Formats: sequence, structure tokens, C-alpha cells
Amino acid sequence: MASTSTPKKPTAKKTDVAQNNGQAEKKQTGSSRIKVQKTYKIFINGQFPRTESGRYYPLTLSDSSIVNLCLSSRKDIRNAVVAAREAQEKWAARAGLNKSQILYRLAEMLETRSSQFIEELQLMGATKESAIKETETAIDRLIYYAGWCDKFNAIFSSVNPVSSSHFNFSSNEPTGVVTIVAAEESGLLGLISVMAPVIAGGNTCVVLASESKALGAVTLAEVIATSDIPAGVVNILTGTRKELLAHMANHMDVNAIYLHSNKAEEIKEVETLSALNVKRARIEFVSNWFEPKEENPYRIQDFIEVKTTWHPIGI
Amino acid sequence: MSKKQDKKHQQQAAEPSLDFSKALIYTPAPESSAHIRLKKQYDLFINGTWVKPSKGGYFETINPSTEQVLAKVAEGTQEDVDKAVKAARAAYENVWSKMPARERAKYIYRIARLIQERAREFAVIESMDGGKPIRESRDIDIPLAANHFFYYAGWADKLEYAFPGKNPESIGVAGQIIPWNFPLLMAAWKIAPALAAGNTVVLKPAESTPLTALKLAEIIEESGLPAGVVNIVTGAGATGAAIVNHPDIDKIAFTGSTDVGKLIQKAIAGTGKKLTLELGGKAANIIFEDAALDQAVEGIVNGIFFNQGHVCCAGSRLFVQEGVADKVIRKLKDRMASLIVGDPMDKNTDIGAINSPEQLKKINEYLKIGVNEGGEVFQPNCSIPSKGYFCKPTLFLNTSQSHRVVQEEIFGPVLAVQTFRTVEEVIEKANNTPYGLSAGVWTDKGSKIFNMTTKLKAGVVWANTYNKFDPSSPFGGFRESGFGREGGLHGLLPYLNLR
Repeated sequence: MASTSTPKKPTAKKTDVAQNNGQAEKKQTGSSRIKVQKTYKIFINGQFPRTESGRYYPLTLSDSSIVNLCLSSRKDIRNAVVAAREAQEKWAARAGLNKSQILYRLAEMLETRSSQFIEELQLMGATKESAIKETETAIDRLIYYAGWCDKFNAIFSSVNPVSSSHFNFSSNEPTGVVTIVAAEESGLLGLISVMAPVIAGGNTCVVLASESKALGAVTLAEVIATSDIPAGVVNILTGTRKELLAHMANHMDVNAIYLHSNKAEEIKEVETLSALNVKRARIEFVSNWFEPKEENPYRIQDFIEVKTTWHPIGI
Repeated sequence: MSKKQDKKHQQQAAEPSLDFSKALIYTPAPESSAHIRLKKQYDLFINGTWVKPSKGGYFETINPSTEQVLAKVAEGTQEDVDKAVKAARAAYENVWSKMPARERAKYIYRIARLIQERAREFAVIESMDGGKPIRESRDIDIPLAANHFFYYAGWADKLEYAFPGKNPESIGVAGQIIPWNFPLLMAAWKIAPALAAGNTVVLKPAESTPLTALKLAEIIEESGLPAGVVNIVTGAGATGAAIVNHPDIDKIAFTGSTDVGKLIQKAIAGTGKKLTLELGGKAANIIFEDAALDQAVEGIVNGIFFNQGHVCCAGSRLFVQEGVADKVIRKLKDRMASLIVGDPMDKNTDIGAINSPEQLKKINEYLKIGVNEGGEVFQPNCSIPSKGYFCKPTLFLNTSQSHRVVQEEIFGPVLAVQTFRTVEEVIEKANNTPYGLSAGVWTDKGSKIFNMTTKLKAGVVWANTYNKFDPSSPFGGFRESGFGREGGLHGLLPYLNLR
């Protein structure tokens, strides 16, 4: 390998360079330096393990290069749920303002890394224009939900004028651990549009990223890992729906599931398995994530529970 | 109390120190049933008229305190459900969804008023059909049911204020299945918000308590509500299944056991029907050392013995902090000794009849299980009628988290007692259940209340009170106690699509 990557001999053994994006890089920059390729790993409890199964699936990018992504297993989901459960109460207990700042900070960091997301979206087939639009909208959407963290409870709560001599109010609490089967077609924006309201509400999540547009999800995990989002709050796996959908839906320590799908068999499977522990199943198909209507606090309400508290008034 | 007496009480913690069965004899004070109007046989209420069941079947509904037959009630079949759904669909498309919201409201107000006018008749029938003490049906069930209609009537023309930034729209036809523990009240909880939101309804009352829902159908008929807006189809499980599986129903609302709730959730998977479930519970009622103990004891009694313990939110797991455990348990036993178990129609009765022989059998099985698990049983020395289905109020002392009487919903007057030392310990124990419907906390310290009410995983938390309900107050569970809320602003959401 050393012979193919020695920068001091730019012209030497040029033909030995493998037909991968190292080659593409070389052509673009005109430099002889061989690009360091990234290993795309999964994200569990703030760390980047490979799938415990040791399996991979290849993704061919628009520059003909191939990346190997983790083909996650049921065990990976179960490990991620353990991490999400462990993190949930502490995350929920953080002040709304604190959660708000943490999400905002994540958006700040995405902004500084936006060129990478734009590049990856292009590698997965997007035009430059649409890649820029998706990245910018995703960042803005994160900021939108960052702002809701300490406000949605005021919108969705109530003080209830009961007839008896009691003070009675209803406030919102997170549903708990949520599995998210993210949009296949919108790898970055579709994921952030659902993940952000879920964690803004105080839940923790285990995300199955888009299978065909997974790069942005893994890079997002890398940004999350260096943000202030505590380990376990967001866990991101790559793999196939075919294998993992059932395990996302039937886990007994998961309180809710989000599924982006318009496939009847997927919807039925998820709803059927959700009945095992009265899981809340939120299923939808969004054809255009850019629409402003896809950005609203009711997406937070989908994953909150209303708690009503009574106390007598009097001596 | 002298030291000597106190010591004596401590020594006798296992025995009640008072015996009201001999000390006080109450003269019977029965509520009259002479004024009620009950038919011998009830048909199905479909499309504004009374329709004979398609297969011609009728079943008997009995008075669980006398075992006497009260009336025969139609057994609705799939065909009947289909007829009801067609009526509800037509009423939705042609009348109810087109009616101006404030006119819709007037009908709902009218139903509330008619229930109020006939409240005593309803209370008497509720106690006869279901076995609950007349004091409860008269003072709680019926007034709350009327108030529920009154409350939601007012929402009909104000829905856009409930969901900022959204345009709420009715869903269509709602299929509603309700339990036997609060027959009219559950019908009100289901029908009132559905109508206010602009939907039409097919409702199935519980098999053992159909009468007040049928009387409600009479009121609905009298109110002039357009035909088909509310349809009442009586029957058992098969009738309920026909509603759940009907392809032209848009929304299912179910109150009942977690087991059946899961079956329903599974049955409608992939159909696109909306769903709300109000399921079982195993609520923790937590007494801290600094609580007002006499009030807490009243709260424990109300928490578990209200409506014979046939309450999904019953405080069926008692947690007493160790320092006051002996004292609280002694006071609790004394209080239990004063409870009057017997004729539901008697105004002095505290605990009425168990709703059905099946339910009594289930409770008795749990009493055996509790003993076999090593629980120490306490029942007061009270008399129970020789006829009818009755169960003495029961404590299980010395229970632990793994006991089935601690983990499983008994739905009877049976309280499992545990003790605890620290706040962290009791939160851990209280939340150690798949359920999450309700909880109770008793302490005089405000900060402790808020700490507890925040950390308890339950949809309703009563602090220094228990088993309070109000139309304006959302009710419903976390986790396996179901999803969706009934009551209050939040109770509208399950009956609306937000565009």
C-alpha cells in the first residue's frame, strides 16, 4: 500500500492507484496525495462501533466510488435502546432552555460542517443546488425546533377549571424511548425533521437511517458526538428496513415508533407489532420535506404524554 | 390517646381495634325504584329508531345485588353493526358535518339538560344494573355524565381556538366500546367529544350494564338529535369485534382491559383507523410520614374501595413510609371496619355489589393467589348479603414487588400494601409496572409533591386527594394504560384531524 500512497513520487506507479475516489480526488486537485477515506460506522451511546454482526452493505456513489456501511442487526438495535433508555430521564430532566441551547449548538456545528453535507448529498445523487437547499433547510429546521424546547409545554398545557375545590393542570412529558424509521428518500432533512421534535420533547431515540442515502446520517452522528447532546439521546444505525423494521417495532422497552412509509405491508407490520406493548405508532409519508407545513410543534406533541395533576385548595 | 392505649394499638396492629358491626346498626335507607321506567325488552337504537336484532337474539341483564333479571337486551350482530355504521355514515355526510357548529352544540346541550332532568332515574337504574352504591351513582356518575355533555357542547363552535395554527376537521364515524364500571359516564366520555367535534357515533355498551346507555338512547331520541348521529348497539364481544373490524369506521375509541386493548390495536393495524385506548392500571398510592394521616387514610379508602375497586385508576398498590406504617395500617383497618358492604340501593352503603359473577370469581381467585404468595390478608368483620355478588374490602399486607396481587390489575376491592424508606425507592417501586394510568401522593410538603408528581409515570396524579374526575380535566394513561386523553381540551384531539 505504501507504494501507492507515497506523496514524494507523484508520477510513480500512477496506474497502480485503485479505481476509487482516491483517483477522483487526485484528478480534481491535481495533488498526488491520496485521500484518507472515512469508515462509516454506526452511533450508539455516543460511540462509533461497527455493527456487532460484522456485516456491511456497499453503497455506490455518484463518482463511482463505493463505501461500505454497517448492516446493523437486531442486537445493535437492542444495544441502542439500552443506551436510549439510560439517557432518557436525565435528558428529559434538563431544563427546556438547556435543551434549546444544546439543539441550537448542534445547528451551529452543522452550519460549520455544511460543505461536507452538501458534498455527501451530491455523492448520493443530488444536484449541487438541491444539496445546498436540503442542508440549509435541515439546519434551519433544527434551529426551529431548538426554539420550541422551552415553549411547546406552554402551548400544549392547560389549567383546567374543575368544578370541585381543586387546582388542576395538565402538562406534557416525553413518551420515552422512540424508534425512528427515517425517510428513505430524504436522508438528511427527512431525518432531522423527525429527530429534532422527538428530542426537543425530551425523548431519546434510535434512528434507522435511509438505506440508500445514509452518508448524511452518519456524518450527522459525528456532529452530534462532538456537540453537547448527551450520549444515548440520539443513536443512529444503518441497515435495511427489511431486516430491522420488525425489531424497531416489537421492542418491549420502546414507547413509540415513527415510521416514514407509504407501503401497506410496512405500515401493517409496524402497527401490528406496536400492539405488543401499546406502543404509540406515528406513521406518515411526506413527499416534500421542504414545505413549511412540515415544520410545526404538533410533531413534538406526537411524542408527548399529557399528565394531569390534582391538588385540593383549602386548608 | 394515652401511651397505654397507643401501645395496645401497636400490639394489635394486625387486628382492628373497632368493631362497628355490633356497635352501630344502621336502619335501612333504601332509595326508591318505584319511579323508574324500564321496559321488559330493549331493541337496538339505530338511525333514530328502535330496531329488532337481525338474528333475533336477546340476552338478560341482571341486578348483581339480587341476581334478578332487570330486562332483556338485543344481541347486535355484524349485520346490525353494519346497519348502524351505514346510518352513522349517512348522518355524517348529509346532516351532522354540514350543520353549523353552534347548532350542533345546542343538541349536545339539550342532551345534558335531559340527563339532569332525569338524573335520579338514571342513578337508580345505574345502581340496579351495575351494583354500585346509589350514593356514588347519584352524586358522581350521573352528574358527571351530564356535565360532560354540557362541557363539550360548548367546544363545538370553538374548536379552532384549541389548536393554534391548525384547522381542525371532524373525522367521520367513530366506533366506541365502553366498559361496565361507569356505564353512563363512559358513554358520555365517548359520545360528547365525538359529537362536539362533528363526528357521528356507533357505541356498544358493556354486556352486563347496557341499561343506562339505552336510557340515554331514549333521551337522544327525545332530544330530536338527527337520526343516525348516535347509534347504540348492545351485545357482547362479537358485537364489539364487528365494530372494530368494520371497514367504514374511521376511528375506534375503547375503554377496557389492556389485553383487549392490545387485541384491538392489532386488529386495526394497517386499516388507517384512528385509535384511542383507555386501558388498565395498577396505581401506586404513596403515603409519606409527613402526610395528614387521617386524610390519607380516607384517600386510601376512596382510592381502592370506590365503586368496589372496579376502577381502572384505583389506588390498588399502597406504599406507606416505614415510620408511619403501623399507625396508617391500624387507622386503615379501623376505617375499613366502619365500611358498610351491602345493598347498592341503600344510601348508607359504602361498597355495593361486584358487577358480575365472572368478576367475583376473578377477584376470589386473586384472593387465593395473594394468600399462596405469602400475603397476610385482612378483611373487616362485616356482614355481606347472602344473595348477590359481594366481596369484603381486603388488604394484603407483607407483599412485595414480585407478587401477582401487586403486579396485576384485580379490578376489585383488594389493596396490596408495601412499605418504603426513601423517595428514590418509592419512585422506583411505583414506576415498576407496565401500566401508567394514575398515582396518588400524600405529603404536606409542596416541593415533595412536585418532585413526586413529576417523576411518577402516570397520566393522572392526585396529590393529597384521589379518584377525582371532571369534564374539564384530561384523563388517560402512559405506557400500557393506553393513549389519547378523554376530558378537557386534550380530549378533543382524538376526534379531530388537524390540517
